[in-house]
Amino acid sequence: MAKKETPKLDFSKGWGSTFAPAPESTSHIQVKKQYDLFINGKWVKPESGKYFPTINPATEQVISTIAEANEKDVNKAVKAARDAYNKVWSKMPAKERAKYIYRIARTIQERAREFAVIETMDGGKSIRESRDIDVPLAANHFFYYAGWADKLEYAFPNRIPKPLGVAGQIIPWNFPLLMAAWKIAPALATGNTVVLKPAETTSLTALKLAEVIADCGLPEGVVNIVTGAGKTGAALVNHPDIDKIAFTGSTDVGKIIQRSIAGTSKKLTLELGGKAANIIFDDAPINQAVEGIVNGIFFNQGHVCCAGSRLFVQEGIADMVISKLKDRMETLIVGDPMDKNTDIGAINSKEQLAKINDYISIGKNEGAEFYQSSCAIPKKGFFCRPTLFLNASQSHRIVQEEIFGPVLAVQTFRTIEEVIEKANNIPYGLSAGVWTDKGSKIFNLTTKLRAGVVWANTYNKFDPTSPFGGYKESGFGREGGIHGLHSYVKF
Amino acid sequence: MSRLEIIKTYKIYIGGQFPRTESGRYYPLKNKSGKVLANICLSSRKDFRNAVVAARAAFGAWSSKSGLNRSQILYRIAEMLEGRRTQFIQELQLQGSSVKAAEEEVNLSIDRLVYYAGWCDKYQQLFSAVNPVASSHFNFSVPEPSGVVAILAPQENSLIGLVSAIAPVIAGGNTCIALASENYPLCAVTFAEVINSSDVPGGVVNILTGTAAELNAHFASHMDVNAVVYYGSNEAQTKLIQENAVANVKRVFIHNKANSLDEKAQGPYHIFDLQEIKTTWHPIENIGAAKTGY
Repeated sequence: MAKKETPKLDFSKGWGSTFAPAPESTSHIQVKKQYDLFINGKWVKPESGKYFPTINPATEQVISTIAEANEKDVNKAVKAARDAYNKVWSKMPAKERAKYIYRIARTIQERAREFAVIETMDGGKSIRESRDIDVPLAANHFFYYAGWADKLEYAFPNRIPKPLGVAGQIIPWNFPLLMAAWKIAPALATGNTVVLKPAETTSLTALKLAEVIADCGLPEGVVNIVTGAGKTGAALVNHPDIDKIAFTGSTDVGKIIQRSIAGTSKKLTLELGGKAANIIFDDAPINQAVEGIVNGIFFNQGHVCCAGSRLFVQEGIADMVISKLKDRMETLIVGDPMDKNTDIGAINSKEQLAKINDYISIGKNEGAEFYQSSCAIPKKGFFCRPTLFLNASQSHRIVQEEIFGPVLAVQTFRTIEEVIEKANNIPYGLSAGVWTDKGSKIFNLTTKLRAGVVWANTYNKFDPTSPFGGYKESGFGREGGIHGLHSYVKF
Repeated sequence: MSRLEIIKTYKIYIGGQFPRTESGRYYPLKNKSGKVLANICLSSRKDFRNAVVAARAAFGAWSSKSGLNRSQILYRIAEMLEGRRTQFIQELQLQGSSVKAAEEEVNLSIDRLVYYAGWCDKYQQLFSAVNPVASSHFNFSVPEPSGVVAILAPQENSLIGLVSAIAPVIAGGNTCIALASENYPLCAVTFAEVINSSDVPGGVVNILTGTAAELNAHFASHMDVNAVVYYGSNEAQTKLIQENAVANVKRVFIHNKANSLDEKAQGPYHIFDLQEIKTTWHPIENIGAAKTGY
């Protein structure tokens, strides 16, 4: 069958160069050359004496050095959290607790620009995103949960909720400040104290948050921040005096954590990997759907556990959708994350870029049709062009496994039954997208898709009031909304 | 000549059928004075796997039944149990209960089924939410059943224990495989007969007999089981279950202080345990209009 010619837009004449650079200023931010651990309200040197560098993934330049917490440091932090829980935080009237959390929210808002710039420098995400999404959402998350602190009995009919005690929380590098907010805000509101470990490539905004927390006058030890890599996290998970572990990260590490706390009384919530189906029906609003596809997979360089990384297009419109998608991809600007024109920033680390490139070669070898936009990418730093794999099949590794990069696997389908079967036939179940103009079809699909969040005619939307979390191997427990309180109380 | 009594063969319950264990194994159940009451199926891993296949096959239709329909089916179970009170009281006595305790346990079991029948179309409203998001989207969260649930039922109070474990699971639209009390399995098998005659579709409830020590790890590790519920306080078994559950990030619920005779052993939070919260977003403005919140 002859391939149908589709009209193609001409991008040859300097699409990217028509935009003058519009970099956000970094002059107003304060980053210390070296960061210690935040334990019991003080900055404490690590027992190991070791520090590791944190780099800007867009320039590969060292921004600062970060303390590496070992088991002894974690012991100190947990002890501080336990003392703060016993002596202060559990005895404080709930409405006072609320006011501290409100203060944190307000202070983040006041320092929003600084947080956004540091988030972008340290993690590589575009400044537009950290400015408009990550930082405001983080502040709003604290603001939302602050109000719950003195209203908890209304959230659990016929039950009296009590805090668990000390929560150990481990967060990933894709939304560093936002994930810290998702973890700390509900834990504090429900009366727990916290030891938080940020991801080793993105510790800075968590440490800036520690500054905010100190400025807000929170009692010493209520929030402790220990930095480091996997070993630090393991010390936290295995600490005997922790009542609760909350983890966001890969399914592999989540399983290690679930296994290591077996036989203990620690409570656990896991927010793990995903491989969401984004489903486009032939009656969908096509142009909006194409925007949804782009937002679904290229938002935050694809470093999103709920990314719409599996595209399912109904057969009759596949050629048109793919052609429009390719055109739209050509307009995406990949480059300096600090530039306000940039759509896709830097890949978070060298390791992650290597992993994405591995999957790209796997996809090619598996026989899917490879396509990348033709945009220029900077010579220094870690960057990846927006990538498609067309004609992927259900058994391909690029369809089954989480890549965590700007790589979209595209499949077509004919019937609703077929696409539901394919969408659910995967160990993950975090999120899904559905695009159609027909309401009854939306409800049919949202009911049958085994995923915790379903975006209908939209994608990648987040809100403090909206519960987030997975089915199946994407983890258990919810963060956000009234349901997010369950993870931090007992009866 | 006096009439010779017909003795019942106690079998297991898988997919709406009453097969013997595929393994051909059994264990003799004796009363206190050492008299053999019955030869009970010593279920194997293969029986369990067959039961999971049946439970998975039944899940789609059971979970999509209306709350009202599930409610009426649970009420029907209570009706059938009421009709066979005498038989259950006798079986509990055979297993060593006093008449009074047996009557109390059967009454409580019937009442508990009625209690959960009432929840089938109500817990959704208790645990769902319309979320006031700051963008222009309509956003709501509803509970949905976790899927196939493996239940290691309480060893004591074998009837009310089994009923208390199964009722909240199926009330919430899950399907299940329950392992009955090893030492008191008689009324579990008879309860399967009640289920079988109560409009409960085959595969929604599957009941096995055998030893927990042999089957625990398989209940916890099976890749097509979504959650495992253990009623017991054996620490080694608890750890074993929690470790095996990791294979597919199973939800694990340990009830180590459960007393099924207590009123507190029932409640909507037992339904909530085996639910997943699903959140749906949709833009509010007309699709295609300017300044929409896609």
